[in-house]
Amino acid sequence: MGLLTNLKDSISRAASTLFSEEDPKRIGIYGPPNAGKTTLANRIARDWTGDAVGPESHVPHETRRARRKENVEIERDGKKVTIDIVDTPGVTTKVDYTEFLEHDMEKDDAVRRSREATEGVAEAMHWLREDVDGVIYVLDSATDPFTQVNTMLIGIIESQDLPVLILANKIDLEESSVQRIRNAYPQHETIPLSALEGDNMDEVYDKIAEYFG
Amino acid sequence: MAEVKDPDDGVQIDLISGERMAGLASMEKIRMILDGVRDGNIVILEEGLSPDEESRLIEVTMTEISPDEFNGIEIETYPKSEAADASILDRLMGKQSTQKLTVIGPANQIETLHKDETLISALVSRK
Repeated sequence: MGLLTNLKDSISRAASTLFSEEDPKRIGIYGPPNAGKTTLANRIARDWTGDAVGPESHVPHETRRARRKENVEIERDGKKVTIDIVDTPGVTTKVDYTEFLEHDMEKDDAVRRSREATEGVAEAMHWLREDVDGVIYVLDSATDPFTQVNTMLIGIIESQDLPVLILANKIDLEESSVQRIRNAYPQHETIPLSALEGDNMDEVYDKIAEYFG
Repeated sequence: MAEVKDPDDGVQIDLISGERMAGLASMEKIRMILDGVRDGNIVILEEGLSPDEESRLIEVTMTEISPDEFNGIEIETYPKSEAADASILDRLMGKQSTQKLTVIGPANQIETLHKDETLISALVSRK
């Protein structure tokens, strides 16, 4: 009898695992400072949940904590893809508080911002190693993509076999060059967009569903 | 590392062989790099770091940044990672090659002038 009960329990456990809904995948939005990560996170969150993720700013390191927006349901071709968006602080290898002084900040505020920024970058790296299932890598298409931070981060993402979608943001700017990003990272698909203007978001959502669904 | 001369004489460059790095644990490598860089040295690694070690180097660097004292690091390697090209079998067997010359220095002393797939050009200044 005990054996039969155990067998029945095992079958029911296996069946519930098979048919239970999968947990939403955590998709980290990564990239250098000022690439437009929070603008993109807010655009996705507003389009599908009505809420924003966090404040946007032209001052670097506005996002100094990883912020998660849970259960963002994206609908494509009648299918629903549920993801958690993790907006992360821009990754860098250096933070100099004097750069914030140029944005009309007092020294105390600049020092505090730089300290929070360093903590945020360390946090972002930790999330990347431990806690994300896929990555949206955002680049400013109006700047040179051949930077060490981009090279290292894309190498780190590849080494962990995480699916990665490269987004060439800010195509609304005159200096934008999507091809420059395609040339820099030919091993990945690059999707152009303007998160600020909402340009080409349909293709972005198609690709999110394809890569992370 | 060898005894440092007066920093006013010039910039010390430490070229570290792959053989020397191979015997070290990840955190020992990171400590050795950051200790050198914080002394104002330029550290050149013959074989570079693994992606995981690079990720930890960024994390530890961030925890050590201190206003008016240490602004972080400048690091340069060639963009192409051989690890990404390794076959699935090699990766399963742990045979990922991460060999890529890597230059690391204090952020306030080293400035990258040009970088592409085959050339890194940097300007190094005294403290």
